[in-house]
Parts: sequence; structure tokens; C-alpha cells
Amino acid sequence: MSTPPAAAGLPPTARYTWGGDEFLFVEIDEAMSLAANLRAMSIARGLAAQKIDGIVDICPANSSLLIHFDSDILPPVALESTVRELETAARDTPGTVLATRIIEVPVWYDDPYTREVAARFREGYHQDPSGTDLDFAARVNGLSSAAEFIRRHHGRPWIVSMVGFVAGLPFLFQLAEQDQQMEVPKYLSPRTDTPKLTVGHGGCFGCIYSVRGAGGYQMFGIAAAPIFDPSQSLPDFATSMVFFRPGDIVTFKPVTEQEYRAIQTQVDAGTYRYRIAPVEFDADRALADPLGYNQTLLGALDGH
Amino acid sequence: MAIKVLSPGLATTVQDHGRFGYYDVGIPPGGSLDQYSAELANALVGNTRADALFECTYMGPTLVTDAATDVAVAGSVQVKINGETQPTWTRLSLRPGDELGFGLITGGARFYIAFAGGIDVPLVLGSRSTYPLGVIGGFQGRKLEAGDTVPVGVPSGAMPPGAVIADRFRPAFDRQQEVRIMLGLYDHRLSDTGLANLTTAEWKLTPVADRAGLRYAGPGVEWRERAQPFGAGSDPSNIVDAGYAVGSIQIPGGTQPIVLHRDAVSGGGYAMVATVISADMDLVARAAPGTVTRFIPVDMETALTVRRERAAVLSEAIASLGG
Repeated sequence: MSTPPAAAGLPPTARYTWGGDEFLFVEIDEAMSLAANLRAMSIARGLAAQKIDGIVDICPANSSLLIHFDSDILPPVALESTVRELETAARDTPGTVLATRIIEVPVWYDDPYTREVAARFREGYHQDPSGTDLDFAARVNGLSSAAEFIRRHHGRPWIVSMVGFVAGLPFLFQLAEQDQQMEVPKYLSPRTDTPKLTVGHGGCFGCIYSVRGAGGYQMFGIAAAPIFDPSQSLPDFATSMVFFRPGDIVTFKPVTEQEYRAIQTQVDAGTYRYRIAPVEFDADRALADPLGYNQTLLGALDGH
Repeated sequence: MAIKVLSPGLATTVQDHGRFGYYDVGIPPGGSLDQYSAELANALVGNTRADALFECTYMGPTLVTDAATDVAVAGSVQVKINGETQPTWTRLSLRPGDELGFGLITGGARFYIAFAGGIDVPLVLGSRSTYPLGVIGGFQGRKLEAGDTVPVGVPSGAMPPGAVIADRFRPAFDRQQEVRIMLGLYDHRLSDTGLANLTTAEWKLTPVADRAGLRYAGPGVEWRERAQPFGAGSDPSNIVDAGYAVGSIQIPGGTQPIVLHRDAVSGGGYAMVATVISADMDLVARAAPGTVTRFIPVDMETALTVRRERAAVLSEAIASLGG
């Protein structure tokens, strides 16, 4: 049988290793790819569906999967053989389709909040102490200007490839060919401060900082609406204080200061809602024709 | 009833057994770092391990109760009621208005104060543990401050007949530790010398040690050379960002190993090379800066055996109180 396109380039089998007596770590691939991410997600969903006693947390990550288990209830060998069966099933199933959603995330690019914090962490922290994060990111990607970088940043959607680091923080992987992806080194030394909702980038990953705190990613803008809401006061948080789930598709929408302020007013009034539409994410189509398929995904937001 | 905080101590937080099932969205387990000591403090006042208590680091709080209650302190610290020294690992009675205070910690890094009925803050995602980064759980999502009034629940049952944990069940708070680890995760990224350094050298706990992680100084390690995979980052200690096992050891830049503990970030881009076995996480929690530590590799079978032994000792200690 032929290899499904979504699995092209992956190692024949994942690497299984133990994180002590409570964690099983499954590395799909050493390198990041959409295929590796989708495989991890597929195994995670399959495992969750089995509702096995003794599994505490199932954490799909960018190109790996971490499973927290209670070895008093579930013997490690039993867990490993179950996950291996799921891996085999995922490998032999062509045409991975992920039932997920597409979300429009308004961003004020080149905003004063992240600019102010960036200006405090230059000498000894940043590769280019006299410049800005955006200019640096544009330059290392061979782009003509910060504006061009911003265009590329919101020009194609991203997939939430992992949620974690801190509560509700999404790692984002842009749906683009590898040579079209933007890579930016992290700060030389992590900042001790990052504004809440900073839109950042480190390595090949984008992220949105869910809480204020330390961070090492380059900072490009600020998202206008919460993504972590412990008070669950906004309608999008009715079922969970964490907004993003692995597999969510994100499209950034640039907003002006005025639009940003208007969204703040709606957030304060408890009425803000994200634009969201359900989508069936077809990995084979996404990998075969990223540009065309991205248009299909974005169309879902407009009801197509 | 309620406890009034006159002075908060250095870092006093509400903790319980932990918050489980939310690690996939980045919320760590939290809970008492030294679960063994915390469970014994709870048992002394008739609580279960699900009940919340105070975890104190280095310097304890000064507290006043507004009603008669029972309290127990687990750890190595001078305990005082209205200025009079009282025993640890022992159930003590407080009258309304009594002041509970502490001298300097005399061993380890943290101790536990359990009140009969447990600290009665709201459950958040199934736990009362404090998650400061997310500002959830515990008392208003933060460590205690002077002037806080913290509610205590109603005891659910009678006190156990025994009021003292026998010496043989009390943990040691040594300045030398042997912490058992399981190699794995990304240990193949270490060179032979790097692996030998990790598992044979003496590592000294630095002051950079808290509920999120503990950083050790020593000879450093070496990595195997490789072309870094796409997305992993340029340093040889970097990997494509992945989930972090609680208890795992990462060595950013190859210099100082960090043992992640129960408030750690849930993932990131540093290679983990080993994980402290579950039974020894309490031991790590008892390490004070300067503690000389050896990391001893064991296999899964040993880790599971030691895990059962720890559970058996804890059960025996609780059973020794009768009831």
C-alpha cells in the first residue's frame, strides 16, 4: 500500500521512551512538520476515545506526545502496547481528516505595549540591541521590511500544534511549505516580562502569551481578546477557561488601534465573541496545495 | 472558622494533592511538593490527602485562629504557640485568639501546616492548589499576604486516637541526597562524558530552586554533535518544543541541570535527559540550597518497586495513628 501523503517523510515508527514511572513520551519525529503534528494529534485523540483507567493526561505536542499515567492502575507495558496499536492504525489510515474549527484572531501589530517591553530588554538580551524585533525578524527572513513580515504573518493561517508551557498558551505552526515558513531565533536570554496576549515567534513557531511573565520569543504585536479567562465571563469561555485546543486553525487579522480599543470595550462588557467556524481539516489536501487549501479554510469563516 | 494572616512568611501557599487532567492545556499538577509530609500533617488532624493545607518555604507565617481548632506541623522547624515552643509531627490544640508562629527552618526547605477540616478555598478545576502563573486556585491564586483571612472547613470526622507521628516515619532532612532517576527521553543526545557527569558527579543545589524547578551546579555536561532538526533551535540542548514530564531533568546550554517540579511549565524546547522517579519527588522537595546531590539511575522495575514501598510506608504511618 502506498504511503499517504500526510505521512510522507516521517520515520517509519515513533520513538518510545519513559519519563520516569509516570510519563510515556512518544516522539513521532525529531523535526517539526505538519505530518508529525497530525500523527501526534491522531494518536492522542484515539487514546482519549478509549477512556482507559489510569491515564491522567494526554498531551499532544508539536512532533511528539506525552502521556501522564498512574502506574498503580495502568502497567507501563500495557500503556505502551495500546499506544503502539494506535500508532500503527494511524500510520495505515490514509487521508487524515481532523474535525476542528477555524478562528479569526484580531492582532494589533507593532503595538506600543510590546514595543515598550522590547525596549527594556535589548543589551544582553537581543541579537540586535539597537533595532526592533520586527525589523530583526524581517531581516533574518530576507524580507524587505517589517511591513512585509507582518503581511506574511497574517497572510496564511496557522494550526495550533500544541497548547502548553503555561495555561492556555498556543504554539502555532504556519500552514505553508517548509521553505515558506518564517524562522526567527529566540532572544539570546529570556525576558523577565512579556505583556499578556503578546503575539510572539521563536524558531518556526508562533505563539500567543496567555499570561504575563517570562518569555524568549520575539514580539510582533498584541492580540485584542483574551485567550485564557479564569473568570469565564466571555461566552467563548463558557465551557473552559482555556480557549485554544490542539488542532485549532488560526488566522490573524490585523486591526488598527481604534479597532483594538473597540474590541476592548466589548471584552469589558462581556459581549466579545471570536469569529469561529467548524472545519474538516484535510491534511493531504493541505500538504498537496497549501495556498489553495488555505483559501478553502478561510472561506469557512465567511460561511462558504 | 478562619485563620488570620499576621505575617505571611516567605512563600506560603495553599496546596492539596494536586490538579490533574489539565496538563494538556498547560496547567501543571501543583499540589504539595513534599506529598509525604503533607499527607502526614493532614492525617494528624483527621484530614485526608484531598484536604488543603499551607505549604511554607524557609520562613513560616504568623497566624491567628478565630475559633478552637486542631493543627499539625510537618517538617523541620521551630513551632510556637503564643511564643511557647511546641513539637512538630504532633497534633496541637489552638484556642480562639491563639497565635501560631515559627522560628527558623532547621532542615529542608519547606514545611506544612494542616488545620482540622482543611483550608476551605474554592475548588478550581478540581483542586485547591495555588497556580500563581495562571492566578487560579489557592487563596486568590497567589501566595498569602499579611491581612488575609483564610477560611477553614468543618472537620468531617473524629480525630485519630494517635496524636504523634513516630520518629521512624518522619523523613530525614539531610544535606546529602541520593535521588533516583530513570534515564530516557533525550538522554541519547548526551555524549558518554555528559552522561557520566550527570550520573556520577556531585551536584549542589543552587538558590535558584522553587516550586517550578530546582537548579543544580556541577561540572556541566556535553552533548553529541548533530545537525539540528527543523524547528528545534540552534543550541545542542534544544529540541522541537515538547511536553515536559514532571520530575524531568533538563540542562539548558549543558551547564546546570534543572529538575522540574509540580509547578513547572508543561512544555518547552530543552532536551530532558532523565526523570526523577515518582517516589523520590518528595526527597527533591526537601533539598535546601547547598544540598549535595547524586543522581542514581534505576530501571522501571526498581522505580515501580520503590513507588509501592513508599506508598506502603505512608499507609503504615497513617495507620499508626489508629482510628
